[in-house]
Amino acid sequence: MNEGSKKTIKRLSLAVLGMFTFSFALVPLYDVFCEVTGLNGKIELKATSNNNLEVDDGREIALQFVSHNNEEMPWVFRPSERAIKVQTGKYHTATFYVKNTTKKTMVAQAIPSVAPSNAASHLKKLECFCFEQQELAPGEEALLPVRLIFDNELPTSIKSVVISYTLFDVTDYKDAELAKQGSEMDHHGDQHTDHEMESTL
Amino acid sequence: MSAVLESHDHDHHGPAKGLTRWLYTTNHKDIGTLYLWFSFSMFLIGGAMAMVIRAELFQPGMQIVQPEFYNQMLTLHGLIMIFGGVMPAFVGLANWLVPMMVGAPDMALPRMNNLSFWILPFAFLILLSSLFMEGGAPNFGWTFYAPLSTTYAPPSVTFFIFSVHIMGASSIMGAINVIVTIMNMRAPGMTLMKMPLFVWSWLITAYLLIAVMPVLAGAVTMMLMDIHFGTSFFNAAGGGDPVLFQHIFWFFGHPEVYIMILPAFGITSHIIETFSRKQLFGHTSMVWAMGSIAILSFVVWAHHMFTVGLPLAAELFFMWATMLIAVPTGVKVFNWVTTMFKGSITFETPMLFAIAFVVLFTIGGFSGLMLAITPADFQYHDTYFVVAHFHYVLVPGAIFSIMAAVYYWIPKWTGHMYDERLGKLHFWLSFIGVNVTFFPQHWIGLAGMPRRVPDYALQFADWNMVSSVGAFLFGASQILFLFIVIKTVLGGKKATPQVWEGARGLEWTLDSPPPYHTFATPPKIT
Amino acid sequence: MFRKITHRLNTALFSGLTLLLSSNAFAAWDDLNMTEGVTRISQDVFNLHMLIFWICVVIGIVVFGFMFYSMFAFTKKKNPNPSTFHENTKVEIAWTIIPFLILVFMAIPASNTLIEIYDDTEGDINIQVVGYQWKWQYKYLEDDINFFSNLTTDWDEIYNKTPKGEHYLEEVDEPLVLPVGKKIRFLITANDVIHSWWMPDFAIKQDAIPGFINTAWTVVDEPGTYRGKCTELCGKNHGFMPVVVKVVPQDEYDAWVISKKEAAFKLAELTEKDWTAEELTARGEGVYNMNCAACHQANGQGITGIFPALAGSDIALNQKAQHIEILMEGVQGAAMNSFAEQLSEVDMAAVITYTRQAWGNADKGDGQIVVPQDIVEYNKPKV
Repeated sequence: MNEGSKKTIKRLSLAVLGMFTFSFALVPLYDVFCEVTGLNGKIELKATSNNNLEVDDGREIALQFVSHNNEEMPWVFRPSERAIKVQTGKYHTATFYVKNTTKKTMVAQAIPSVAPSNAASHLKKLECFCFEQQELAPGEEALLPVRLIFDNELPTSIKSVVISYTLFDVTDYKDAELAKQGSEMDHHGDQHTDHEMESTL
Repeated sequence: MSAVLESHDHDHHGPAKGLTRWLYTTNHKDIGTLYLWFSFSMFLIGGAMAMVIRAELFQPGMQIVQPEFYNQMLTLHGLIMIFGGVMPAFVGLANWLVPMMVGAPDMALPRMNNLSFWILPFAFLILLSSLFMEGGAPNFGWTFYAPLSTTYAPPSVTFFIFSVHIMGASSIMGAINVIVTIMNMRAPGMTLMKMPLFVWSWLITAYLLIAVMPVLAGAVTMMLMDIHFGTSFFNAAGGGDPVLFQHIFWFFGHPEVYIMILPAFGITSHIIETFSRKQLFGHTSMVWAMGSIAILSFVVWAHHMFTVGLPLAAELFFMWATMLIAVPTGVKVFNWVTTMFKGSITFETPMLFAIAFVVLFTIGGFSGLMLAITPADFQYHDTYFVVAHFHYVLVPGAIFSIMAAVYYWIPKWTGHMYDERLGKLHFWLSFIGVNVTFFPQHWIGLAGMPRRVPDYALQFADWNMVSSVGAFLFGASQILFLFIVIKTVLGGKKATPQVWEGARGLEWTLDSPPPYHTFATPPKIT
Repeated sequence: MFRKITHRLNTALFSGLTLLLSSNAFAAWDDLNMTEGVTRISQDVFNLHMLIFWICVVIGIVVFGFMFYSMFAFTKKKNPNPSTFHENTKVEIAWTIIPFLILVFMAIPASNTLIEIYDDTEGDINIQVVGYQWKWQYKYLEDDINFFSNLTTDWDEIYNKTPKGEHYLEEVDEPLVLPVGKKIRFLITANDVIHSWWMPDFAIKQDAIPGFINTAWTVVDEPGTYRGKCTELCGKNHGFMPVVVKVVPQDEYDAWVISKKEAAFKLAELTEKDWTAEELTARGEGVYNMNCAACHQANGQGITGIFPALAGSDIALNQKAQHIEILMEGVQGAAMNSFAEQLSEVDMAAVITYTRQAWGNADKGDGQIVVPQDIVEYNKPKV
């Protein structure tokens, strides 16, 4: 086999490996692209570190909360308030009521999604029950907080936003996840699940 | 397929005797033959599944199969036709023709060539055996979107993934072989622009394969990890995204459909040139067109995803980029027509298939252009309109070009002319069958029937019945094709080296059939 | 500003072409063509579709005309000496640029319509649409109305045992009800796998993706009943989960909202009532056929290896508590989901009672039935 052929084979084999690696690189690339552009209503699953979001002259927008239990996950899960008005550039705290109505301890993960999708990149959260998995004993209930802010760069064409949370049952995944520190989910703080009870019920 | 003829170089033997010849062969002609027969059998098996599908859709109601089995049929039909039918057929043609067309003695890596072929029957054995596994065969469509194909998949999904990895490896190795052969083993004097268009089409196709088959491998590996190793690439609960799957899949999937049509373009150029007895119009332009199509094919993938909730900017970009592909494709059609214009045309069977390709593929292109228009696509997506579109470009598109190629080159491969009357009969039955099957599907889709359903509302009944009748006709006609091919292998009027009056190219300087080893000494290129 | 001008051009173009070439003549061919629909957007989409279609027809006639002419005029017999020209750069450039310009001409109205579709600000009414295997759930966020929409076509019709009705595979128990003329915003997601909500008469199709929300909006001009489909392969009954929307005048809509809220009260009363085994079994049969028969089969035999049989099963015969738990919580790692959200306490009790009584189970087991109060008890806190 001539030298040219050997060189071509080497180059092509490298290209094959390169493209295989590229396909895996698409995973973080996709996330980066989503975060930067707010595609797919994806919101960051970690607290914002930006301290300069607050302004005094923001405008009012309508905010609606929507909840869904994936695969009829049996907990009660609903927003304390369905529709509120918030100001851009000001923090607001909302709560979600959650209750484990079954006879087993279960662990849940809430996944947020925003509509319209171009609002997502302007939504930042200081804390959110979606940053961590939530564990509840049988019959246990809680009021889970989310402290959020829309920055003032939110396009003026957006006058109302819907934030949806889907609750997933991750009871089986839990052990595998705990064993994996620093997983794709970017857990906030330590691994112990915790939730604040803002008031008794 | 190649008779044992003495070549002029006496240090080459003829083929080995017995069945092990086929197992161990490193000869490009033998391997081409293996690929072609394998592809034909897969075409018949995938076709049988299509018959089950169309039989169930013959009338409203469930008559023949259960919905869960129907989903297995439609999934396997797609996988087998694409990875077992069309792609291996084109690889088989590449194997037979590329070395002869560039004046090379064989492919660059003959033993890898053998491996590339033999892992394919192995892969399909695994895939087809999944029909007998608990939970049944894969049932999530050939596009296997997550989470239907991960969390909700039957146990056979793991075998499906294994099978896809093997098919991918076969394609990648084949592509490497093609590129190295073309880039390094052309006869002296054959510059790239002197290369025939079939060779060009395969050079470009091979680069596409190198670029995207590994991405498919990545996608199924991620699936495997989500299913068995607790990762969450595509699982929202774990922070993943089902839409990510679609991006990765279609990044492979769109170039894949051009992989399935570029060699067809090459074949068509050869046949139209020969039977018009006139040099192909715009050779350079044709090369540029194929190159542009290949490059553009990388930036249009999300036109398969217009309804997933992409942002406006993305939808606009993908709409415009997709529309743009119509330009180089149109250029090719215009060049073929202009080749025929003021030519001296006869209508042997290969020419009939090639002309039908140009017309019917173009119709498929028109529905493709309609699909590119995003707001309209909201009404077409996942309906029978899409099914009509891709079957037009794949059946009277890719498959007709393969049949055209077989009729065109089989006298060269076997030394026998096929029966022209039977060939024409096969053509007309197929032509009528294909149009009766797929044209009404445009209407059914526009009227509101979704795809991948085993049953439908009553207003779709009439045209579904028509479509099914066409499918049965088309299916039956392929048995005639099988008969014609076998008959030709076994005997027929002796073929000259030139075979066709207007044929140009190195392969037509060789005997029909050619010696087992050809061009051991490179030919002189003028 | 530029958009306004092009929008006016679009409208003029559309109206002109529509009058000239297509619209009524072809829209009437319901069997063969896309619907014009009942919204402004669906009309625009239809016009776009026809515009592109006619452009393709014209190009086809020109190109194929050339080709067929060549096939007849330049046969070997008629033209034994073929010409030898084989390239012409000017012509190549021309037939690159002209198609490109035609595409630009198409892209302008297409882009404008797309931009209009993406203008999804607030709605007068917001409805969360959730795709399930294999039904739709509709939640009216402002009025707090929530129900499932199941296919009502009997499996006997599907399996050819009885004749098919007029709206075969296109009928549901609870259609989505909307008022005419109001802006409706849909918030679309899914419960399990990817589904897709398609309403052709509104030209709306959006995928329903678990964990994510997609939006669509519409303003419907004409009252009527409109039928659509699920358009993403979602498992075995993908073909059996239609979309039905009833658009009614505002006063009818208001009355419907009130009746839905009253129904919630009535259901609470039903939960209190004393039910007999026969009453529960009768009601439960209907619930079973709608929700359970798809997998466990009408004869309770299930499908071996995939869906367990209920006829003669130990749980249905003897394990009342476990039986309730399975329906209320689902089964981890299996296809059986919790039905607590989909079934009211009355229907839950009815269907469990039915499966404990039917197919000879009444005689073979402990004979225990489940009443709505049992479900209410189950829902109370455990600690």
